[in-house]
Amino acid sequence: MTRPKLATVWLDGCSGCHMSLLDIDERLLTIAERADLVYSPLVDNKVFPDDVDVVLVEGAVSTDEDLERVTMVRKRSKTLVAFGDCALTTNVPGMRNAFDGDAAKPLYDRAYGENVTAVVNGVVRPTRNVPHHLPRTLPVHKVVDVDVFLPGCPPSANVIFNALVALLDGERPELPVGTHFGG
Amino acid sequence: MTVHTLTIDGIECAGAEGQTVLDVARESGVEIPTLCHLDGLCDVGACRLCVVEVKGSSKLLPSCTTAVAEGMEVTTDSDRLVAYRKAIIEMLFAERNHICAVCVANNHCELQAQAADLGLTHLDLDTVNPVLDVDASHERFAIDHNRCIMCTRCVRVCDEVEGAHTWDVMGRGLDARVVTDLGMPWGESTTCTGCGKCVQVCPTGAIFEKGRPIATTKVKRPYLPYLKSHSQEVPA
Repeated sequence: MTRPKLATVWLDGCSGCHMSLLDIDERLLTIAERADLVYSPLVDNKVFPDDVDVVLVEGAVSTDEDLERVTMVRKRSKTLVAFGDCALTTNVPGMRNAFDGDAAKPLYDRAYGENVTAVVNGVVRPTRNVPHHLPRTLPVHKVVDVDVFLPGCPPSANVIFNALVALLDGERPELPVGTHFGG
Repeated sequence: MTVHTLTIDGIECAGAEGQTVLDVARESGVEIPTLCHLDGLCDVGACRLCVVEVKGSSKLLPSCTTAVAEGMEVTTDSDRLVAYRKAIIEMLFAERNHICAVCVANNHCELQAQAADLGLTHLDLDTVNPVLDVDASHERFAIDHNRCIMCTRCVRVCDEVEGAHTWDVMGRGLDARVVTDLGMPWGESTTCTGCGKCVQVCPTGAIFEKGRPIATTKVKRPYLPYLKSHSQEVPA
């Protein structure tokens, strides 16, 4: 019997949800026995396989690159889990949404212009080969269909472990009472 | 004193003239979720979270401002009510910038807790993301309008208990804001006594004490004994 293929993806988030995933500690061995981790920031595979059973998506959709990746991930995965508050609500990455377009310019200039000391080839702020912001940061479910929502900043290790066990059994996880945004 | 008999979720209850459906439900052990209600303050029905179904009425009625009546048949829990309550909480989240993870009230916020109780895991509505001020001009307190849900508890406690009436509401709909005095910065208010009651009654992280670590910002409502004693006054 082949084991389910598990993947995790890191979009616009702080990686705290992935840290919380590691916080399931020795129970990682249980997950390792029950699934193949085929793609993740935690492993070295460079290509997202096209037959993933369960994928955890951390982070909001902030850039054209995020958008492209999450669209690809959706196409190649059976069950997509929005993993943590950034994926669910945009959370901190979404704070820029109050400052559309030109209103954000002073912020960008301050953060990536005035305070920059490294000038490479005469360029202060690179514009090529870097992802570009979408007009608004979006939660994952505004871009692709989401099967399961795991709230928390980050979701607790117990929430993650219980959800993974259920998902790898092909079931819908039940959130523990009191699972909430923030956390 | 006139006493009315009614049923709440099939339970036979008795309520005095002037008591609300919410009062009688809680006395009878029936829990109805609330946000703008606070024991000891007058009710205004601002949040609509406590809506109930009353037989014979096609409208949902806020239990905190609906007086009991003879023979009333009240339902406090149904799929329809849960759907409305969930929509109310979702709209509150979508209307301003509620970012639990970086809020001073994280883990002791009534809005966050209600969302969890109702199983709200994400927002289907698009968020408004308004640009809102934080007024930190007061020496000890600050108000972050990003977190305000317009429950008006601050307005009511300031008026009804402290007697200062520093807080009030300005504007309508999405533009409504709680303001100090006539919209001047809080620190310049000539009526604010600095008592901090508004800080203690705020259900979210909108009004908070400055310069305290988040872990110690939990409000201490049990230390406001005048609220409880006021609420125990039986209407004549």
